[in-house]
Amino acid sequence: MEEYKQILNNYKDLPGGLLEAYHAVQREYNYLPEEAVREAAAVFSVSASQAFGTATFYSYLKFDKRGRYIIRICESAPCHIAGVAEVIAVLERELGIKMGETTADGKFTLEFTECVGQCQATPVITINGVPYTDIKPAQVPEMLAQCR
Amino acid sequence: MTEEQRIVLRNADQINPAKLEDYLQAGGYQGLEKARSMSRADLIAEVKKSNLRGRGGAAFNCGLKWSFVPTDAEVTYVVCNFDEGEPGTYKDRIIVQKDPQQLLEGMAICGHAVNAKQGYIYCRGEYPYVVELLNLAIDKARSKGILGDFNIEVRMGGGAYVCGEESALIESIEGHRGEPRFKPPFPGVSGLWGKPTIVNNVETFANLPQIVLNGADWFAAIGASKYPGTKVLTLTGDVENRVFIEVPTSATLREIIYDFGGGVKCGRKFKAVQVGGTSGGFIPEYLLDTPIDFDSMRGIGATLGTGALFIMDETRDIVDIVTHIAKFFKEESCGKCNPCREGTFRCYEIMDRINRGRGTLQDIEHMIQLTKVMERVCLCGLGQASPSPILTSLQHFRYEYERKLIS
Ligand SMILES: Cc1cc2nc3c(=O)[nH]c(=O)nc-3n(C[C@H](O)[C@H](O)[C@H](O)COP(=O)(O)O)c2cc1C
Ligand code: SF4
Ligand code: FES
Repeated sequence: MEEYKQILNNYKDLPGGLLEAYHAVQREYNYLPEEAVREAAAVFSVSASQAFGTATFYSYLKFDKRGRYIIRICESAPCHIAGVAEVIAVLERELGIKMGETTADGKFTLEFTECVGQCQATPVITINGVPYTDIKPAQVPEMLAQCR
Repeated sequence: MTEEQRIVLRNADQINPAKLEDYLQAGGYQGLEKARSMSRADLIAEVKKSNLRGRGGAAFNCGLKWSFVPTDAEVTYVVCNFDEGEPGTYKDRIIVQKDPQQLLEGMAICGHAVNAKQGYIYCRGEYPYVVELLNLAIDKARSKGILGDFNIEVRMGGGAYVCGEESALIESIEGHRGEPRFKPPFPGVSGLWGKPTIVNNVETFANLPQIVLNGADWFAAIGASKYPGTKVLTLTGDVENRVFIEVPTSATLREIIYDFGGGVKCGRKFKAVQVGGTSGGFIPEYLLDTPIDFDSMRGIGATLGTGALFIMDETRDIVDIVTHIAKFFKEESCGKCNPCREGTFRCYEIMDRINRGRGTLQDIEHMIQLTKVMERVCLCGLGQASPSPILTSLQHFRYEYERKLIS
């Protein structure tokens, strides 16, 4: 609780700082713990429903604990036709999890995303926000090995 | 053949984007200097006369929008829309990554015109690495005193497409759920924290330094007369060269796809191009000689939108792609208004049924009826534009739907 409070407090006086504060918490923890949202309501003097209202609106903010490496796969049309399905199949097979899940060792999370603005070289995935373009399924095992 | 003409990308790969000195050496901030020597009214009149129209999709005259800000307002804001959520689009990222100072200069020019001391750049959450570059650029400009008393702050979005809509974006900067507001009042009168606020797209701002410097007449003479200037376009999908280019707005789709894009990949035949991002229309071969300017695109039932061109070759399954797009709108509908919340859901349901070979002719009729309602009564552009891919693909590629129906 204390640590959340410190992060949240940094944004307390920033006009409209609630969303920025959530981003900051998630940067630190890789997800947005529910207690942090409750704490935010107090820090920003808004109701719990307002604090949760903002937190649940944005697909970037996640309430569930996630892996150290968050792999997001773009499923927008340009990536879709570029064969993202095969990339997903390899990722799921290599990690032994389905899209939306986290590996038991807490290392990897697989998530869908819409276009991440790198459509010059599709398909695209991001690992902890860093984009990787023109992904070939055969490349995937090597990419994962780099993360270990 | 149409040549590239670079206004907003004139410094791209010519200067080091992280270096303010490079930008200054290339003539940077001369536009701002000139703007500040002009009266606010003259500056707005000049921008209006250039007929620069918003590059974020709606093509509203930029100077005209500025003129709505009450001249006696004490607090006003300038907001840069860098949400770039339209799938298939990355032009704003390129513009900022290649030349961040130009955006700051454009915003400061607007700041002078509407008497704003505070600017915000709302950058999508998918671009944390661009936020870093922007913050660096802002620090450098500030420490050199170039921006004067105009302050710029970067705020990050959270992966919601609707937050690109200007009033939803304002809600988001305020730290709320990013749901669009009822209009009027428009942001120019009552926006961020209830104060007059100008929201413009990255590319719109990036055009300003050169317009101020070279004059309205210079700009108005480039490209199509009703939508002058250049447009930064991004080519994606089945095209040989998936590139970004900046061309006069008089260029045609065919020139762009074949001269710059190198034609369809692997020598296959062209089937369709979706222009303007995921909410844009599907355009068949016979309409490719249309110029890309806003009004010409309107004329063929399409939209220039963000300037993204998504090219599909003869092997592509249009119904499958449109189904995918319908799912996108279902997911991204913010749920504030019923016709969109329910409508996008039903459109996806029907599209999915047709795509899986279980649809009937009546499904198509129902969907058309539904989309006609959505176009008229949805609260914001998301719901209003979401039928476009469905309706245009039905118009031009109806046989692809029909061959999937239950016979
Ligand atoms: C659902 C939706 C998403 C939008 N996304 C963007 C966007 O990502 N970037 C943008 O500049 N404008 C976007 N717009 C348009 C803005 O509402 C607004 O018209 C624009 O920022 C005005 O700037 P301009 O006049 O310079 O184009 C969007 C509109 C809607 C309805
Ligand atoms: S049209 Fe859709 S996105 Fe726009 S306000 Fe209505 S529900 Fe929200
Ligand atoms: S469509 Fe996948 S990155 Fe843009």
